[in-house]
Amino acid sequence: MADRQFNKDSVRNILLVAFSISLICSVLVSLSAVILKPRQDANALLDQRRNILVAAGVLSEGKTENAEGQGIQEIFLAEFEERVVDLRTGDFVDSSELDRNYDPIKAAKKPDQSIRLSADSDIALLLRRENLTSIDLRRNPDGSIRQVILPVRGYGLWGTLYGYLALQDDYLTVAGLSFYSHKETPGLGGEVDNPNWKAQWPNRRIYDSTGEPAIRLVKGMRRDDYSIDALAGATLTTRGVENLIRFWTGELGFGPFLKKMANRQGAVSL
Amino acid sequence: MAASKDALVDPIFNNNPIALQVLGICSALAITISMAQTLVMCAAVIFVLGMSSLIISAIRHWIPINIRIIVQMIIISSLVIVVDQFLKAFAYEISKSLSVFVGLIITNCIVLGRAEAFAMQNPPWLSFLDGIGNALGYSVILILVAFIREVFGAGTLLGYPVLATVGDGGWYQTNGLLLLSPSAFFIIGLLIWVLRAWKPAQVERPEYTIAPNLQYSEHYQHSKS
Amino acid sequence: MLEAYLGLFIKAVFVENMALTFFLGMCTFIAISKRVETALGLGIAVIFVLGITVPVNNLIYNFLLREGALSWAGLSSVDLSFLGYLSYIGVIAAIVQILEMFLDRYVPALYNVLGVFLPLITVNCAILGAALFMVERDYTFGESVVFGLGAGTGWALAIVALAGVREKLKYSDVPDGLRGLGITFITVGLMSLCFMAFGGIDI
Repeated sequence: MADRQFNKDSVRNILLVAFSISLICSVLVSLSAVILKPRQDANALLDQRRNILVAAGVLSEGKTENAEGQGIQEIFLAEFEERVVDLRTGDFVDSSELDRNYDPIKAAKKPDQSIRLSADSDIALLLRRENLTSIDLRRNPDGSIRQVILPVRGYGLWGTLYGYLALQDDYLTVAGLSFYSHKETPGLGGEVDNPNWKAQWPNRRIYDSTGEPAIRLVKGMRRDDYSIDALAGATLTTRGVENLIRFWTGELGFGPFLKKMANRQGAVSL
Repeated sequence: MAASKDALVDPIFNNNPIALQVLGICSALAITISMAQTLVMCAAVIFVLGMSSLIISAIRHWIPINIRIIVQMIIISSLVIVVDQFLKAFAYEISKSLSVFVGLIITNCIVLGRAEAFAMQNPPWLSFLDGIGNALGYSVILILVAFIREVFGAGTLLGYPVLATVGDGGWYQTNGLLLLSPSAFFIIGLLIWVLRAWKPAQVERPEYTIAPNLQYSEHYQHSKS
Repeated sequence: MLEAYLGLFIKAVFVENMALTFFLGMCTFIAISKRVETALGLGIAVIFVLGITVPVNNLIYNFLLREGALSWAGLSSVDLSFLGYLSYIGVIAAIVQILEMFLDRYVPALYNVLGVFLPLITVNCAILGAALFMVERDYTFGESVVFGLGAGTGWALAIVALAGVREKLKYSDVPDGLRGLGITFITVGLMSLCFMAFGGIDI
């Protein structure tokens, strides 16, 4: 560009270009992030609620409305209620004390909002566990509890599986299990998404007669109240799923909460 | 107008970024497991590549040589972040399954490669077409791979069943290998074979050839006479 | 402590190999693997760059970008994580450029070996990918150093192995259309199938 009276490689131009490009680009990026944020948050919430409805068996996978044509929000607001549970005591906590954007999974990374798990108790390989988490109660039209939906997560083969475990109104019997995010091998460990496999979960019991977590994933046809078929060719995913269910129904998970609620129901004494 | 047509059409089969220039392969492997993901990814790449070539070409006379790579990277990554934010807002499901791969368009070498090799020397309109053309070339390969992987690996296309799988009580035993990422390597390798059988000019010259063995050929001629 | 670091390193090299299990940095991986010597040079450059950029990006993430990271400046509710990609790639491009100038000036012997590869590394998605994994897995500074070096070593190991195979392969009678790129793709596919065998090993 000899005919132009300016040198694009001068220090002044380098600084000028670097500064203005950075400024323009960061304004553009920030604008799009800020403008689209409400919509993204709404999407994330909708997605979370859809996953809860899938685990509760209200919606089938990939659908956004039920047979009556009701949408996710409609069903959720009519039947479900979010509550906060303190995992240390197993009691409900007033949710208004919590930040509106409280995220249990993020809280599990903060030392002041979580506990460190010792190596032998950390069977789901989480490292830390949050103190407060949110669960969802599904009510019958008369107001009585119909299901309770608990968030669960744990390490499989390639990464963490995230899902919801739905229990029936006695707090001791499974109503359904569904994972909404995992990285397991398609066709092997990825079969955790297979409806036929998931269909075995309802009516399994989570505790044995001594009150210990009892769900196990076994090979072969051993049909009792606690057994689920192992996933073929996916030993580590199977072990991961078993461990994460055992962890979250155990003493460091929802164990205290579930036992308290079950006792209150008078269903069984544990 | 011939030049602009070439800039658009040439990269699709004659100078394909994946099959010939060896650019932009990473994402080709990871996301081709389903057609829906692939289509969204291709749209994102077409947008980013077209726009980045256009913008970089428009300001090419002002970009200092020393910091040109950083300037190009910043423009490209801003575009990618905007696309990423849009996907999160309007196609949440798919953006979740694409996860970091939208972000990795930043380092998709096609984008920087075209910026550096074409947009820095050519006027904006031509660069824009070149960007779109290369993105289309990339898309053609990706869509082919995704088609093979989804139809024969899962028996579905865009999520709708096309082959009744054994799991659903049908006749088709799904090919589990196609669901694993390495299968994309095999498919691309074979696609390159097909492409080169069709356009032999793209065949690479052997790096090593066996020299004709003179001693034996003489012997052969002697015995003949 | 040392054990945990060693475990992380071995995991990053074999189990979570950047090239063969996550398919990152594939373009350079396939383009620059014709000869073992050049592959080794590029591999060392990648170890070098990853060993520096991952920890630096870790600092940037922890002290500037993450939610609440700006509390030292009195801005505790600011969340700049959407600027992540922009900052990481900026840091990577800048460090690569500085490294290139530094080597040219002070370690010319190393520059002669690595120099030509350095500009290529900015667009190697393994580098950006490692930064994103570091954020996703929330590594501490110490872990990020080990992870950076491990991920680099794994990538270098993979490219040298591929170059070894390709050096032998050029004496083989491959069908015309598959020669070069096609057969390389298929080789890499087989190699990555082999690396899947490391999957799930827990150290």
